[in-house]
Amino acid sequence: MTVSAGAKAPPRPGPGRRFSTFLSARPKLQLALLLAAPVAWLVVAYLGSLAVLFVSAFWQVDALTTEIVHTFTLQNFEDILQGDVYRTITLRTVGMAAAVTVTDALIAFPIAFYMAKVASPRTRRLLVVAILMPLWASYLVKVYAWRIILSEQGILNWALEPFGLKGPGLGAGNVAPWLVFSYIWLPYMILPVYAGLERIPDSLLEASSDLGARSLRTFRRVVLPIAFPALVAGSIFTFSLTLGDYIIPLQVSSKQFIGNVVYDNVGVANNLPFAAAYATVPVLIMIVYLGVARKLGAFRSL
Amino acid sequence: MTKTRTRGLRLIGLAALLVVAALAAVSCGGDDNEGSGTTTAAAEANMPTSIGAGEGQVNLIAWAGYVEDGSNYPDYDWVTPYEKQTGCKVNFKQANSSDEMVTLMRTGNYDGVSASGDASLRLVAGEDVSPVNVDLVPNYADIYPSLKNQPYNTVDGVHYGIPHGRGANLLMWRTDVVKPNPTSWGVVYDTSSPYKGKITDYGRPIYIADAAVYLKSTQPDLKITDPYELDEDQFNAAVDLLKKQRPLVGEFWTDAAKQITAFTNKDQVLGTTWQYQVNTLQASKPPVPVKAILPKEGSTGWSDTWMISSSAKHPNCMYKWMNHIASPKSQALVAEYFGEAPANPKACALTSVKNHCEIFHANDEAYFDKVYEWQTPVKDCGDDRGDECMDYSEWSRAWTEIVG
Repeated sequence: MTVSAGAKAPPRPGPGRRFSTFLSARPKLQLALLLAAPVAWLVVAYLGSLAVLFVSAFWQVDALTTEIVHTFTLQNFEDILQGDVYRTITLRTVGMAAAVTVTDALIAFPIAFYMAKVASPRTRRLLVVAILMPLWASYLVKVYAWRIILSEQGILNWALEPFGLKGPGLGAGNVAPWLVFSYIWLPYMILPVYAGLERIPDSLLEASSDLGARSLRTFRRVVLPIAFPALVAGSIFTFSLTLGDYIIPLQVSSKQFIGNVVYDNVGVANNLPFAAAYATVPVLIMIVYLGVARKLGAFRSL
Repeated sequence: MTKTRTRGLRLIGLAALLVVAALAAVSCGGDDNEGSGTTTAAAEANMPTSIGAGEGQVNLIAWAGYVEDGSNYPDYDWVTPYEKQTGCKVNFKQANSSDEMVTLMRTGNYDGVSASGDASLRLVAGEDVSPVNVDLVPNYADIYPSLKNQPYNTVDGVHYGIPHGRGANLLMWRTDVVKPNPTSWGVVYDTSSPYKGKITDYGRPIYIADAAVYLKSTQPDLKITDPYELDEDQFNAAVDLLKKQRPLVGEFWTDAAKQITAFTNKDQVLGTTWQYQVNTLQASKPPVPVKAILPKEGSTGWSDTWMISSSAKHPNCMYKWMNHIASPKSQALVAEYFGEAPANPKACALTSVKNHCEIFHANDEAYFDKVYEWQTPVKDCGDDRGDECMDYSEWSRAWTEIVG
C-alpha cells in the first residue's frame, strides 16, 4: 500500500470513537462501567436498606409520642427472646412454611413429571400456560376469592355439607392459611421441578429399566437423586414466600405470623425498631436455609 | 450479658460501616432533635390569626363514613358542598384505628385528621398537630359546652381541635343465630358459648378497655374506676379475661367494611361494633338481621376531634373544612350517616329522623357517663395511685400476647 504525498491525512476521530478506542484496550474498565449502575443499585437499595434495618433494630420508641429514640439498646431483642408469644409466632410461621413447602412438593412433583416426561409437546405447552396463568391474576384477588370460598356460607361448606363435614372456616385455625398458602405458591414449586426433570435424559430411564429396575426403583434411585436439587430450589421459593407473607393470614386467619407482627409494628403501632428487630428473625432463618440448600446443590439447578 | 453486648456492638459497627459504604440515598436520622419543652407557647405563637384563600385541595385522614361525597349514598354528601363553596378538593384517606391515624399523620402528607381520644394526645405530644385558633371557626361557638375543653382536645388551656361527635361501641348480633337477645357483654366472654369461633373483637390494643368495662361491674373488688387507667392488677385481670375469651374469637375486625361482609356471610355473628356497621347491614338489600345495644355494663366509645397537622400544606382549606364539618347541616348528615351524637346541637333540627339527637343521647350526660370514651393510656393514673398505671406500650405488648 502506498500513500500519495498529496493525500489528506484521515480525519481525526470524534470523541466517541476515541473513547471506545480507549476502552477497547481496557476490558476491566469496560466491565466496571457496565456494572456500576446495577451494582450501585444493589448496594444502596438492597444492602443499604438491610443495613438500616439492622441499625434501627437497636433503637427504641418513646412510649407516649411513639417517636424513635436514637440510643443503642438491646431491649427489642430481649423482648423477642424472652416473650413466649414471639417464640410461638416464630415457630408457627416456620412450621407453616415447612408444611406449605412439603405440600407443594408433593403436589408439584407428579404434575412436573407428567409435563416433563409423559405429556405430548402440545399438552405440555397447555399445562405450562395453565400453571403460569394464575400468576397473571392479582394476588389480592386470589386471596379474597379464598375468603369467599372458605366463608361460612361459602362454596366449600356447601360442597362438604352433604357429607356432614365442615370446612376450616375463617379465623380460627391454621388450616385455612395452609390451604391458601399452598395454592398461591404452587407454581413457584412446579416450574423449577419441571425444569429439573426435563434435564434428565430419557436414556437414563431406559437404561435403568434395561438393567431390570422397576418403575419405583427407577424413581427412587435415578429420578429423585437428579431432581432433588430442583425440589430444594423450589422449596426456597415456597418457604421464603410463606415466611414473609402477612396478607394471607390477615385475610383468612386470626392467628399472627411473623409478617403480621412486623406489619402491625410498622403500619399500626409505629414501632419501627421493634419491627426491624423481629424482621431479622426470618432473615436469619433464610440464611441458614440457603446455606443448607447450597449444600444440597439447589443453586446449580436454579 | 457483656458478651452479647460486645457482639451486639460489633454487629452494629458492621451495620454502620455498611451504611457508610452504601452512602447517599438512604436518609437517616438528624431530623428529629428539634427542641421540645416550650412547645405550647411556641405553638400558640404560630397560630394563624386569619384565614386566607384556599390552596385548592385538602388531604384528610378520617374514620370510615366521616368524609362522604355521595358516592355511597347520594343523599349523604357533605363533601361536594364544601368543595363548591371553598374550591378545595378533598382527598380522603380512610384509617381503621387510632394507631393507624397516628402513623399516617406522622408522614406529614396530610392536613388534618378526625382523631379519637386515644390518638389526640399522642399527636399533641408528638407535635404532629398544631393548636387551633377557634375564633377562626365560627361554628365552634355552637358546639355543646360538654365537648369543649376536654382533656383529649385541650392541653394546658390550648385548643387542639374542633369536636366532631361522639358515640358508643355497641354489642351487635345476628338475630337469626343468637338467641335470646343478649343484654350484657357477658355473652361474648362465656367460655361455653354456642357461638364459639363466630365471636368478634375489635382487633386493636384499645379493646382491653372493653374487658375492663365488663370487669368494672362484674368484679367490683378490682376497684376499676376508669378503663384507661388500669394498674397492674386490674390490667392483668382484663388481659386474662381476653386470653380466656381468645378461643371463642374467630376473627378480629378493624376494617368496618370487612365486618359488614363477615356478618352478612355469618362468619361473625356476635361482638362489638360501631353504629355505622349496624346501619349499613340493616340498610343492605336484602337486610341482614342484626341488632345492636349498649349493654347494661356500659361500653367504650369515642369522642372525635378534627385536628390540623403541624406540617399542613393546605392550612386554609383545613380551617375551612373544620368550620364546614362543624356546621349544623354537615353535622346532621354525618351524625345520621355514621350513627353518632352530633357535636353541634343545631344539627338536631336538621336530621331526617326527627329525634336522632334523642336516640343517640346527644345531650344526655347521664348516658355518656356509662360510655368510656377512648383515651390514650398513660403511666400517670390521674388519681392518688400515682404513676402506677400501664401505658399504651404495655397495652400493645399485652395485645400481641392475647392474639397469640
